[in-house]
Amino acid sequence: MAQARPPFVHPYIPNAVPAIKAEMLAAVGAAGVEEFYADVPETIRLRRPLDLPEPVRSESELVRHVQGLLNRNTSAGEALSFLGAGCYRHYVPAVCDEVAGRSEFLTAYAGEPYEDHGRFQALWEYQSLMGELLEMDVVNVPVYDGYQAAATALRMAGRVTGRRRLVVASAVDPAKLSKIVDYVRPVHDLTVVPAVNGLADLEAVRRALAGADVAALYAEAPSYLGTVDPGLPELAELAHAAGALYVVGCNPISLGVLTPPAGYGADLVCGDIQPLGIPMQFGGGQAGFIASRDEERIVAEFPSRLFGLVPTAVDGEYGFGDVAYERTSFAVREEGREWVGTAAALHGIVAGVYLALMGPEGMREIGETIMMNTRYAMRTLAEVPGVGIPYGSAPHFGEFAVRFRPGISAAEVNRALLAENIFGGAILSGDTALICVSELHTRSDVDTLAAALKEIVR
Amino acid sequence: MNRGDEAAAGRTGSVNGVPAGSPGRIAAKPALRRFHQARWDEKLIFELSSPGERGVLPPLPDAGVREVAGDPVADLPAALRRSTPPGLPEMSQLHVLRHYLRLSQENLGVDLNVDVGQGTCTMKYSPKVHDRLVRSAKLADLHPLQDEETVQGVLEIIYRLEQMLCEISGMDRMSLQPGAGSAAIYANVAMIRAYHESRGEAGQRDEVITTVFSHPSNAACAKTAGYQVVTLYPDADGYPDLDALKAAVGPRTAALLITNPEDTGIFNPRIHEFVRIVHEAGGLCAYDQANANGVLGITRARDAGFDLCHFNLHKTFSTPHACGGPAAGACGVTAELARFLPGPVVDFDGTRYTLTTPQDTIGPMRPFHGVAPNLVRAYSWITSLGAAGLREVAEIAVLNNNYLMKRILEIKGASAPYAPGRRRIEQVRYSWRELTEETGVGSHDIGLRAADFGTHYWTSHHPHIVPEPFTLEPTESYSKADLDEYAAILAEIAREARENPETVRTAPHNSTVHRNREDTLDDPSAWAVTWRAYRRKHVAARDR
Repeated sequence: MAQARPPFVHPYIPNAVPAIKAEMLAAVGAAGVEEFYADVPETIRLRRPLDLPEPVRSESELVRHVQGLLNRNTSAGEALSFLGAGCYRHYVPAVCDEVAGRSEFLTAYAGEPYEDHGRFQALWEYQSLMGELLEMDVVNVPVYDGYQAAATALRMAGRVTGRRRLVVASAVDPAKLSKIVDYVRPVHDLTVVPAVNGLADLEAVRRALAGADVAALYAEAPSYLGTVDPGLPELAELAHAAGALYVVGCNPISLGVLTPPAGYGADLVCGDIQPLGIPMQFGGGQAGFIASRDEERIVAEFPSRLFGLVPTAVDGEYGFGDVAYERTSFAVREEGREWVGTAAALHGIVAGVYLALMGPEGMREIGETIMMNTRYAMRTLAEVPGVGIPYGSAPHFGEFAVRFRPGISAAEVNRALLAENIFGGAILSGDTALICVSELHTRSDVDTLAAALKEIVR
Repeated sequence: MNRGDEAAAGRTGSVNGVPAGSPGRIAAKPALRRFHQARWDEKLIFELSSPGERGVLPPLPDAGVREVAGDPVADLPAALRRSTPPGLPEMSQLHVLRHYLRLSQENLGVDLNVDVGQGTCTMKYSPKVHDRLVRSAKLADLHPLQDEETVQGVLEIIYRLEQMLCEISGMDRMSLQPGAGSAAIYANVAMIRAYHESRGEAGQRDEVITTVFSHPSNAACAKTAGYQVVTLYPDADGYPDLDALKAAVGPRTAALLITNPEDTGIFNPRIHEFVRIVHEAGGLCAYDQANANGVLGITRARDAGFDLCHFNLHKTFSTPHACGGPAAGACGVTAELARFLPGPVVDFDGTRYTLTTPQDTIGPMRPFHGVAPNLVRAYSWITSLGAAGLREVAEIAVLNNNYLMKRILEIKGASAPYAPGRRRIEQVRYSWRELTEETGVGSHDIGLRAADFGTHYWTSHHPHIVPEPFTLEPTESYSKADLDEYAAILAEIAREARENPETVRTAPHNSTVHRNREDTLDDPSAWAVTWRAYRRKHVAARDR
């Protein structure tokens, strides 16, 4: 006779073992688990099983099922991708993956600076490494993403100045602008001064700042169109002359070669750290930073946690803690600045690993390679009949707009490129796309795109 | 030998009745572990820099590129060309790796400790197989703007997960875009605002009601979105005060944001009455289900009449907490509110999955489509458990909680305020008030001493309505032995508080570092958020 099967005990639920369960119920004097739900009124009890798919029994079947679904995707690495527009395919060093996967970091949460000393030190070092890159003394523990960083930086500027209006001078991703507008609207009116030829319209910005009621002037370096605006320093002068703060969104991977915004007058700097060693993950790799000078009136307006270095009871030991905690919603709920919560801390730790690996020389080299590859791609594609580079005379970093001849849309071009296993640039409008190149693109990759476009656009 | 080591030695002088040091005898482990955390005494990364070392080399431009491209860096306007290299450390690859591995060893995650001390946060096991799945290039190397034809697999997972979460909550649609729980709360508030605007009542309805035992982000997100916040306090039984709600609602009420059970772990049996009162006043009701671990398959947001709810996938649905994110939030709504959802959402026409933007969307909460790896993890977790498994998760989490409560309340000086004798759902807010009155040792000190035993402990959200609070939430992941160990640690610390309070007051002793001298953290002239600030404020001053 076959032995009776033991009862099913899920590997994730140790106390499902019947004998243990019975022992614990007896210990608390309960006849069954139903007693614990005595306070849940019958009117809102679900008296049927949830209607969910049958579970898979084993880990191997789970892998077969989920990996099977994932295998229906084509990764960027299996094609030739020129997509960017806020999410970038850079090389992720193996050491970044190694640290990101450490279960001590991956499964920790909100520990104290003692049993989670490592988390505090790694995030403080992240703040510090970013501080060196940005030449600023205050950097926050990451917020959700670059959209949130820009929206919060602008509300910070509003609280610092007590003013209502915000002025945007650069070309900004429309989705990002939508998020910013939604986020600031209870307290701010936002004016967008349209960019002209991919660059800020300095005269129009001057007029927009005329009312002496502007809290912040916002610009991006590089802009959504990849342009590095030679007017960025003059925008700082315009903002400051109007009594506004100058808030600049930047791509941190550019800062080995580009002047950090603080170097031309930015008061608050923000952006997304995804390019720094974090895989794209279908958009799951985004994480935002905000940086400022070390002025009390600005530090007081950060909603985020700011870790600080402190002495401990033992000389020569480094301790860490929360700087100016009373400004946060953790401490004082709605009286805090916006809110703070779980966001993207581990991405911050990994970005720190990336900056430590790259060092000053690595950041310079990667910046040079990206700028060189960008210029190569611009000049090569400019030779393709029917393809124009609308803002070609401006400096660019990593991305540039291309405009296709009348009669063929960017969507049609991308469909034809996909047939060649090429992911074309993000679509900006009917006839324009945003081509992204990184240090990973070879000369032959760009030449392959040019050859394909020559056939498609002619 | 420091104080903690002495205490440990005291415990081990006689182990299980066997005198220490009996020749030839292998003694059993003591009842409490003699923990000592890794203490590498590691320098700051900047102090490890050695000029000229390299950690990783990026590729240089291919041959022939320079001939075409020239020197675009040299062509930059001088003001935009970086003149001074960033002061990043210069380190070989091994030295970067070793530094971060040492720091990782100085950290406790769920995988290493009985992580029941961070109540409200649902610290449960995150299956390793999920990490393997999301590291696949088929997910990690996907660009979010790829043609939909090339991402049908991940879109199908997102679609299926939405269906599952709708069934679990009873809601009609879900957005999986928010980056975490508070972002989902904010999205819900933004949808509430859009709903009232669509009815021309936005100006009139300027108040949001919440409770003091709901997460602080309910109050803070409502304020950020432009609302006045009205906070309900508990009545004598620990429930949010129904009379206070009746007094607060009116034509200015935009919404009620409420948790159930609240941080106390007590299920509010009148929840549908709260919802009815707010609905009658024309407001909407949003259920903060950040932590839904105790009620999976038991009761659903929609069944209690809620219009909106949200889940934290990093709590109930097992995705790792990652030192504070990346996480994932999911906000669910009724069919009536679905047009306002943050977008895009995934639709399915029977053959293809597509990204679509809801008609009157509040706009994107973040770039692209949410934290995709955590969506895959949550999908995998539900797929492993199924309906019966989720119900088992809830029941065992609740059993564990009531069992741990029994053990904790056996400790003299510990109590569980409100609703004496009643069961709790998934967590309990406890108090050390009696112990503190007796010994002068408070909850904060007890938490730091808990680190000496290799566990994490948290004092609870502010404000501390419950004096000297702590909140324990033993999810389904922990064994009976784990719970017994955690209770034994707190019992030991309570004993120390009576017999040797200095040991507790000066803890930690066996941790990576000793107690902070924190007086500089609120002092603008001394706080040091970065290496730059530290050098300027402290090193330069020391060297003068």
